[in-house]
Amino acid sequence: MILSSSAPHPGVWTAAGMIAAVVLSSTCGEVLTAAAMKSIGDLDEIRARTGLKGAIRAVITCPLFFAGVFFLALAFFALLFALNHLDLSLVAPASASLTLVTNAVAARFFLHENVDRRRWASAVFVCVGVYLLAH
Amino acid sequence: MPHHTLKPRQYLILGLVSICAPLGDTCLSRGMTHMPAITLAHPLSLIAAVFTPWIATGIALLIGFFASYLTALSWADLTYVLPATAFGNVIVALLSKFWLHEPISLARWAGIVLITVGVGFVAQGPSLTERPTGPDPAAAPALTGEEHAR
Repeated sequence: MILSSSAPHPGVWTAAGMIAAVVLSSTCGEVLTAAAMKSIGDLDEIRARTGLKGAIRAVITCPLFFAGVFFLALAFFALLFALNHLDLSLVAPASASLTLVTNAVAARFFLHENVDRRRWASAVFVCVGVYLLAH
Repeated sequence: MPHHTLKPRQYLILGLVSICAPLGDTCLSRGMTHMPAITLAHPLSLIAAVFTPWIATGIALLIGFFASYLTALSWADLTYVLPATAFGNVIVALLSKFWLHEPISLARWAGIVLITVGVGFVAQGPSLTERPTGPDPAAAPALTGEEHAR
């Protein structure tokens, strides 16, 4: 597949695929990173006890953190690729907002967060907002 | 262990999360749109893009975002922290319109407003999930049994 920014607009499915790649890799990265940070504990407290170096050491000695960073790096390059072909005002809000929805689902099932009605309602608003953004 | 209301300093960190990400994204966009088209046949061009000034600035801002984001995740739920970035959509729209001169239709403005209002709900709720604690409350946040801070 060859995509060129000289083509005025990539097809809808191509654009959706680019955004989906960003969203999926980003969701994996964020859920893994969140799990890592929760397992580490409050960074402010760690920094108060052991200083900035101690806080950095606590983060970089956590394997889950690196798994998260790997997927976030993947998401970053997927974002660069998408930005090369699509408008920022579509890519950034759409990927960020869809990631919020996929994260709500992932956080509910994998992180066991209390995703209450308020947070689900928020997800619905975001979905409608993304639909409008795509126009 | 933090309670469900945030301190002013923690709101400041959420503010950094909101601001650094859209500024970084805008720099990335500025850099990438001024580059020749990149094809899947030559993926290494993406690596070369990293060393251009706009992309490098974008990356620096995104590193600032990531540091704030990690700090926030250590005392708040993922589903609480992520919506903090929603306000960034408004900033992206403003930067896209006035700096990059991209057209923003009324429907897109409506979408951006709707997203921001939607995520505003989340911000009004508790920042951290209440977990049934065992005898050792310090163990409560551990979700996966992985590494703990020393």
